[in-house]
Amino acid sequence: MSSNPNTGTPLVELRDISIAFGGVKAVDHVTIDLYPGEVVGLLGHNGAGKSTLIKCLSGAYQKDAGEVFINGEKADIRNTRDARRYNVETIYQTLALADNLDAASNLFLGRELVTPLGFVDEPAMEAETRKIMGRLNPNFQKFKVPVSALSGGQRQSVAIARAVYFNAKILIMDEPTAALGPHETQMVAELIEELKAQGLGIFLIEHDIHNVMRLCDRAMVMKNGQKVGTVNVNEVTDEDILGMIIMGKKPPQAY
Amino acid sequence: MIDHGADQTADHATGKAEAGTGTETGLPAMRKSVFGQLELDVRLLGMVGAFILIALAFNFFTDGRFVTPRNIFNLTVQTVSVAIMATGMVFVIVTRHIDLSVGAVLAIASAMGAMMQARWLPQIVGLDYGNPMIAPLAILTCLAIGTLIGAFNGWLIGYQGIPAFIVTLGGLLIWRYVGWYVTDGQTIAPLDTTYLVLGGAEGTLGATLSWGVGLLASAFAIYAIWNARQARKTHGFPTKPLWAEMTLGGISVAVILGYIATLNAYDIPTGKLRRMFEARGEVLPDGYTEAYGLPISVIVLIVVAIAMTMLAKKTRLGKYIFATGGNPDAAELSGINTKLLTVKIFALMGFLCGLSAVIASARLASHANDIGTLDELRVIAAAVIGGTALSGGIGTIHGAILGALIMQSLQSGMAMVGVDAPLQNIVVGSVLVFAVWIDIQYRKKLGIKV
Repeated sequence: MSSNPNTGTPLVELRDISIAFGGVKAVDHVTIDLYPGEVVGLLGHNGAGKSTLIKCLSGAYQKDAGEVFINGEKADIRNTRDARRYNVETIYQTLALADNLDAASNLFLGRELVTPLGFVDEPAMEAETRKIMGRLNPNFQKFKVPVSALSGGQRQSVAIARAVYFNAKILIMDEPTAALGPHETQMVAELIEELKAQGLGIFLIEHDIHNVMRLCDRAMVMKNGQKVGTVNVNEVTDEDILGMIIMGKKPPQAY
Repeated sequence: MIDHGADQTADHATGKAEAGTGTETGLPAMRKSVFGQLELDVRLLGMVGAFILIALAFNFFTDGRFVTPRNIFNLTVQTVSVAIMATGMVFVIVTRHIDLSVGAVLAIASAMGAMMQARWLPQIVGLDYGNPMIAPLAILTCLAIGTLIGAFNGWLIGYQGIPAFIVTLGGLLIWRYVGWYVTDGQTIAPLDTTYLVLGGAEGTLGATLSWGVGLLASAFAIYAIWNARQARKTHGFPTKPLWAEMTLGGISVAVILGYIATLNAYDIPTGKLRRMFEARGEVLPDGYTEAYGLPISVIVLIVVAIAMTMLAKKTRLGKYIFATGGNPDAAELSGINTKLLTVKIFALMGFLCGLSAVIASARLASHANDIGTLDELRVIAAAVIGGTALSGGIGTIHGAILGALIMQSLQSGMAMVGVDAPLQNIVVGSVLVFAVWIDIQYRKKLGIKV
């Protein structure tokens, strides 16, 4: 029997969260925490409830029961705007980009920079976008075209830039590499390492077991809305984790 | 973004050459075509080209009666009402909705405004005919009625989840006939003389003032181009070559001043001048002429066009409208209140219907129950011909206005040539379908998914 190697106040604590949709318990009394500078993988089959759980943190869904603590204090998150106030940023699987707008408009969507007269300050937004993209993806040059004209990796970097730009403390990544080629996957992996080093806490929803072993510090497995267990990734093998996902079998190291 | 058509085309025009280097600006300027450097919207150019072609064709078939100051004056005055509503329809369609009730809302707004000035204010409130308060109160009535009905439609669509098609199809049947009950089905006339100034030919600026407005507009156009260039320079972004900016500025000024010169070349008929002088107790001097100049209704349209373009490109509301049209889920996840946004968009549409009601009833100098009949179809057609995509997220204000102008040119041109009324409708319908087909082909060719 192993235990959580982290001590002190967690960055996020989701305590005893439940949410049901018309009688189906999508998330059933699940508890998980996240510390600064670590990556916690959320694993499970499609429909296991991991995306639903995390949407209670990002503000897209309202939990039915349970509590959310951020930096030890109870947080009241009713919508995505509330979540952003707590520096929770989300990169959705679908990327949630408006395809008809350019990178800058997407990056600042809902948080536009305005001039003193209250008009949207496009040049300033483009300048900021160029700055952050220069850091994340120096090859990115298509600032004036709608994001529908970008490749999968370029779109992904816009979505990531949007999360990183606004000083995220807690980052939720929903299968960030699902649609990417090997080179772009590597880019995302490096970025995750860099953000970790900066002290961000990252929830990573991931299906690829190799990515989990490579990127995550801890992993929580869910099955049918319930928590199977949490493991420290360096103490288990990928077979152990697969056993948890497929059979719901809890290895001795899990807690 | 509203003008991304320009960006897309500029990019795609050079996209193939750039793919190798992967940069937007690293290429020598020589590689870009002249049009590429001007960064003009090819689609806009196409529409302007089509418009010119239509005008020249009708001019040929009418033995030169189409492109005359008189006809251009009438054409623009007739276009104003539909063009104003078309700018609002752009936002409605961009957010993947539709408004079939604009003609009916125009009718009820016009009915209430007409009753206000011809019946209620004089008979109930006791304002005398000609009281200076009558026109402003009547105009406010039109605007308020339109805005309220629009907001109500938006609430039904956004908060109650009834599809816009159904809500406004109901509105199409409801509002005109509510107006019928308000007026007992009667035609309401005469309208207040100050109010009539907004109709077109009854309210024009005359030659000198028109030139003043033209020069002011030219100065503003040049300032806007210069200002945008400075903003990009401050941030160190690539800018168009100076000659390209100057060409654009030159074209803008030429179009503005050319239009003013054309309107100023249209003299008020002698009979009408004589009546105007008699009304002032004077006698028309021999050989005296006076030009119409710029109609106030056209100025209203220009103000609406500038305001709506600013709204679309420069405000958060505009950004949210286009973001919601492009991806409603993304907009919602970004914290945009899309329900309230729907109310705002339809309220704005209603406001513009109210404004069009003022201009349409003032132009006709009366309110009749059939005012604005079929306007919903003209307005939607204008927006769609102007490049607004029914799949959402794409559309421009200037495109919609040009679309309205093309529709009106076709109709009055065919009337002048003497085409049968049934054939007129067949042609207009075909043009609508053809324009959208062209647009789809154009997008396919450029590989634009939307």
